[in-house]
Amino acid sequence: MSDFAAEIDTSGLNCPLPVLKARKALSGLPSGQRLHLIATDRGANKDIPVFCKMTGNPLIASHETDNKLHFIIEKG
Amino acid sequence: MAKKLAIIASKGTLDGGYPPFLLASTAAALGFEAKIFFTFYGLQLLKKDLSLQVSPLGNPAMPMPVPVPNLLQILPGMEAFATWMMRRKLKKKGVASVAELREACLETDVELIACQMTVDLFDFQDKDFIDGISHGGAATFLEFASEADITLYI
Repeated sequence: MSDFAAEIDTSGLNCPLPVLKARKALSGLPSGQRLHLIATDRGANKDIPVFCKMTGNPLIASHETDNKLHFIIEKG
Repeated sequence: MAKKLAIIASKGTLDGGYPPFLLASTAAALGFEAKIFFTFYGLQLLKKDLSLQVSPLGNPAMPMPVPVPNLLQILPGMEAFATWMMRRKLKKKGVASVAELREACLETDVELIACQMTVDLFDFQDKDFIDGISHGGAATFLEFASEADITLYI
């Protein structure tokens, strides 16, 4: 997993909270810094990539471990 | 140019309160400019005291632990029970409350517009509503909706 400047764990939270929390966390980061987002919401699998695409914050990596989804998002 | 979302919120039940705030806060997170126009029962969603209820009455699709015939659903307490059950389930499943989603809308500058005609119709007072909302009429909504990428009536 790549380096990141901030991490938020949205485990147990349902749609749309992972997206709302991703927005909030990224708004506090300077451009180029990375956020590690953890989610258990199955919908996040599609919603987080859409969020990244629509907001111009590149999704650097994503993977699944122990039923948790991990995303590395770079602030655009 | 930011995409625009225009919503008319006309329902004031617990389940009816979710779609407008949920979609508008998510749209704002995606970079949309979003506005919600609250009319008729939707005005309940702007009240300081957000005591929204859900009723199984006349709603055969609402999942109940045991089937309850319509005739029994009119009994006192059934609505409170259904609301309690729904709230408990929402919390257990990690779903945000309507109040949290409304807060997310305010945080992301979603414009919440109270329909002035229905405010007057129901004799609501400004002090009944949360701070940070605006007032407007049909033309206010239509002007924004005419430029919107998505328009929803909920």
